Amino acid sequence: MIPISYYFALSAILFALGALGVLIRRNAIIIFMSVELMLNAANLLFVAFARANEALSGQVFVFFVIAVAAAEVAVGLALIVVIFRNRQSIDIDEMSNLKG
Amino acid sequence: MNVELILFFVLAAVAIGAALGMLFSRNAVYSALFLILNFATVAVFFLLLGAPFIAMAQVTVYAGAIMVLFLFVIMLLGAEQIQHQARRGWQRPLAMLLTLVLLAESAYLIFTRSDVLTVLPPAASDYGSPQSIGLLLFSEYLLPFEVTSILLLAAMVGAIVLVKEDKKKSGGRK
Repeated sequence: MIPISYYFALSAILFALGALGVLIRRNAIIIFMSVELMLNAANLLFVAFARANEALSGQVFVFFVIAVAAAEVAVGLALIVVIFRNRQSIDIDEMSNLKG
Repeated sequence: MNVELILFFVLAAVAIGAALGMLFSRNAVYSALFLILNFATVAVFFLLLGAPFIAMAQVTVYAGAIMVLFLFVIMLLGAEQIQHQARRGWQRPLAMLLTLVLLAESAYLIFTRSDVLTVLPPAASDYGSPQSIGLLLFSEYLLPFEVTSILLLAAMVGAIVLVKEDKKKSGGRK
């Protein structure tokens, strides 16, 4: 059997890679995908802790996280489409209109 | 080394490799495909952790629906080949450093726990079965479940309203 802390370590690595993606990429869609990667790492941790404590509530929470992620992706991608329509670009360095 | 441990390490290597591939692909379509591979491997981890229902939801909702939506938008915008702009040189090293700090902190927290290498006893036979999750979902978590449906409806309406062409504005251009 696999020690449960291996899953914690894997989840931490995936989360860090997602954070790295948010920091180094300029393409808004790739940044969004990195956010999905971080959400997924958190889901893995939820399921691992649910298994460690034999508490099924953790898995129910993952179900809700997946539903919220689906809603978030629909709205986020719609925003990206609108931004692209207005500016012909989804480079986040060019979205500085709100800067004071 | 038993079979399950070998399976874990091979899958973990695939998951991390897919995440790295997603980060460093030039083409956004390749990034999306790498992310699908990553989600599929995580679904296998869910199976290993005794969560078959979540694993199937992961495959259908994440790897299926959400990533197909991403691919639609990438191809709709023709954004797959968008070039990198010249960026300020200090950003990338700083990002790497911050990520390493985050990793080191998590590693410290994980490996200072006393029960690092405890192997869990096998779970009860009905642990994580779709039946038990459904029971929990429709008894204890009924209200959040219903609120989720309203959230999905709001997101759907929001997405449609956002993307809808403004008739008054676009009338002049056409």
